[in-house]
Amino acid sequence: MDIQDIIKPENRVYKKPELLNDTHMHYCPGCSHGVVHKLVAEVIEEMGAAEIAIGIAPVGCAVFAYNYIDVDWIEAPHGRAPALATAAKRLQPDKLVFTYQGDGDMAAIGTAESLHAANRGENIAMIFINNAIYGMTGGQMAPTTLLGMKTSTTPYGRRADLNGYPLAITGLMAQLDGTCYVTRQSVETPAAVRKAKVAIRKAFENSLQGKGTSVVEIVSTCNSGWKMTPADANKWMEENMFKKYPIGDLKNE
Amino acid sequence: MKGNEALAHAAIRYGADGYFGYPITPQSEVLEVLEEQRPWETTGMVVLQAESELAAINMVYGGAACGKVVFTSSSSPGISLMQEGISYIAASEVPALIVNVMRGGPGLGTIHPSQADYFQAVKGGGHGDYHLIVLAPSSVQEMCDFMWLGWDLAFKYRTPAMLLADGLVGQMMEKVVLPEPRPRRTEEQVREQCPWAINGRKGMRPRNVITSLELVDEIMEQNNLRFQRTYREIEKNEVRYETIDTEDCDYLFVAFGSMARICQKVMEVAREEGIKIGLLRPITLWPFPSQQIKEAAKNVKGIMVVELSAGQMIEDVKLAVECNVDVKHYGRFGGIVPTPEEVLDALKKQFAINK
Amino acid sequence: MKEEIVIAGFGGQGVLSMGKILAYSGLMEDKEVTWMPSYGPEQRGGTANVTVILSDSRISSPVLNTYDTAVVLNQQSLDKFESKVKPGGVLIYDSYGIHTPPARTDIRIYQIEAMEATFELKNAKAFNMIVLGALLKVKPMVSIESVIKALKKTLPERHHHLIPMNEEALKMGMSLIKE
Repeated sequence: MDIQDIIKPENRVYKKPELLNDTHMHYCPGCSHGVVHKLVAEVIEEMGAAEIAIGIAPVGCAVFAYNYIDVDWIEAPHGRAPALATAAKRLQPDKLVFTYQGDGDMAAIGTAESLHAANRGENIAMIFINNAIYGMTGGQMAPTTLLGMKTSTTPYGRRADLNGYPLAITGLMAQLDGTCYVTRQSVETPAAVRKAKVAIRKAFENSLQGKGTSVVEIVSTCNSGWKMTPADANKWMEENMFKKYPIGDLKNE
Repeated sequence: MKGNEALAHAAIRYGADGYFGYPITPQSEVLEVLEEQRPWETTGMVVLQAESELAAINMVYGGAACGKVVFTSSSSPGISLMQEGISYIAASEVPALIVNVMRGGPGLGTIHPSQADYFQAVKGGGHGDYHLIVLAPSSVQEMCDFMWLGWDLAFKYRTPAMLLADGLVGQMMEKVVLPEPRPRRTEEQVREQCPWAINGRKGMRPRNVITSLELVDEIMEQNNLRFQRTYREIEKNEVRYETIDTEDCDYLFVAFGSMARICQKVMEVAREEGIKIGLLRPITLWPFPSQQIKEAAKNVKGIMVVELSAGQMIEDVKLAVECNVDVKHYGRFGGIVPTPEEVLDALKKQFAINK
Repeated sequence: MKEEIVIAGFGGQGVLSMGKILAYSGLMEDKEVTWMPSYGPEQRGGTANVTVILSDSRISSPVLNTYDTAVVLNQQSLDKFESKVKPGGVLIYDSYGIHTPPARTDIRIYQIEAMEATFELKNAKAFNMIVLGALLKVKPMVSIESVIKALKKTLPERHHHLIPMNEEALKMGMSLIKE
């Protein structure tokens, strides 16, 4: 039996969503982005929303998200994705509008746009990848970098007195009247992936139902930036990241 | 009505889809009038007070990418903040309208009229090789008319346009005839007229992506060449200017916006004294009426460029006349508007006219 | 016909709105008009002034250095604008709070007691309309009917009941001018 006998349609037990195209991803092996991209594509497909979906890509590792998921996209300036999403949704209220942002985009340069969009209760979903480091630019400190964590700009470990504290921005967003759903998920195990998918679906449905802003934080690994194997990175995340960023719903109305 | 009010009414009547702005003197009336008019109840236009100029220009970017008729307005310090977004809008080749009701700078400066953002407006303003179509209204009627013209041009060339007004035109009240309102475009019309717009893959059409990013240098160079071709087209087709009393003049004023109005008063007074001055008023500051200025310069003894700045447009005038005629400058700045008398005295002094 | 006017006084005296009503009255008679205020924080308590131009033909500069008519309502404004009235022009001033009256002899000067008149009308808000009445008596550049029309046009419906009071103030202002 050669490979052609195996890959017949009737033998298929799993397939990637159609909306996830065949472009080779630029993400490092072991990166969480690939999994989350697949979930986003899968959810849009399952909702039958490909014809109304509009994604806003950030600056950071996910800047090329538009190359992989076959929906309409706008690539935003760094941090401004929620501002673009605000206009896209208000001007086209029947569309499914979501942002896909990293920790720099969401919690540093775009803090104002993110908090204010959420505070206005824009009917958008925000997918927030928190891997506690700046992957795209080569591993510098992020606002969410843990204390003691080594990055290229905190080579001796992050110190509160020098660099301030890690910012749990979703905690802030959960307190805003404009948000309807704020949750923290991860994608390091099959069980976690399934839960994350449910969360993304809920966020997208909220957007269409006009319930307010939904935020899905995915606590993620950056094994390249963290300088670990993917497996070690998952373990390190569970042992360290989850203490500062505990998994679960922060708000569900 | 006030110039700033005219902007708001012109926008609603054009069938604008959205306004996003942050209050700053001397143009806050734009947002105030829009909020008072509540166009979302009549035409469906979105009006939103953003959390900052940064957010406002990026809302405009988002709306423009959706093929919508959107604009923002601000004044000098706020426009500086917007430059990043304007560069992205230009690079993404989407149409948008930005209004700058200039005030005196640099820095927080003053709230009074100025024209010192000329360089910023006509030379690009943000990073990279790009131009805005820059329209300079000099009356309340033009504040209204140039909103329409600005959007028409922005959509024609898929490029951002700027209305470069100043505190004087913004705050002044004059008679204005508002155009007949027309409806906003439907989604079908947007899909037809702007097939590139971000509005979802209806009928599973190929996806649209609006981005300014291109990491392959060779492709980015091609993109830049395309932008430049557009700019050459605009330069060829869209130069606008006005001339007054240039047929028999000995001296020529080159002035734009409110300063051009003041120069007309100077010309009236000067004619009574036997000094013949003409005016060439650039209406498009970019594309600049270089050829027309060069022509007009042939028959005059001298040109005086009058600006509410330390001398910015004069550089383009000098380039236009190629040293064939003496070009002088008179300007007041920091929010000071010169009186007609003062401008006439400056002309007499600079060209040694004894009358 | 062309009339270049400056109105100046304290912020809160209704200087800008008086100018606005005058400009709108010009509009009612199909004249070209400009209204150019000094704007900004000085509106709130400091001195405020507004340039109004009414003309039968296109108006060039909305900013002027000399005026056909100056209406001044405090000492600072008098100091600033007395010298800027064209020879043969008109200066109207309210005497309230004026310690150094104007001294020029080449212009027509009218002193009015508009502030006093507001006490008589028991309506401090009528001040600017009294002054406008006085101005229109000296220089009938627009008709009272046009002013009433302009008021109707610019005042929100809920304030239309104030129009008779404004008309009374205008007439009171006209009566203050004694040749």
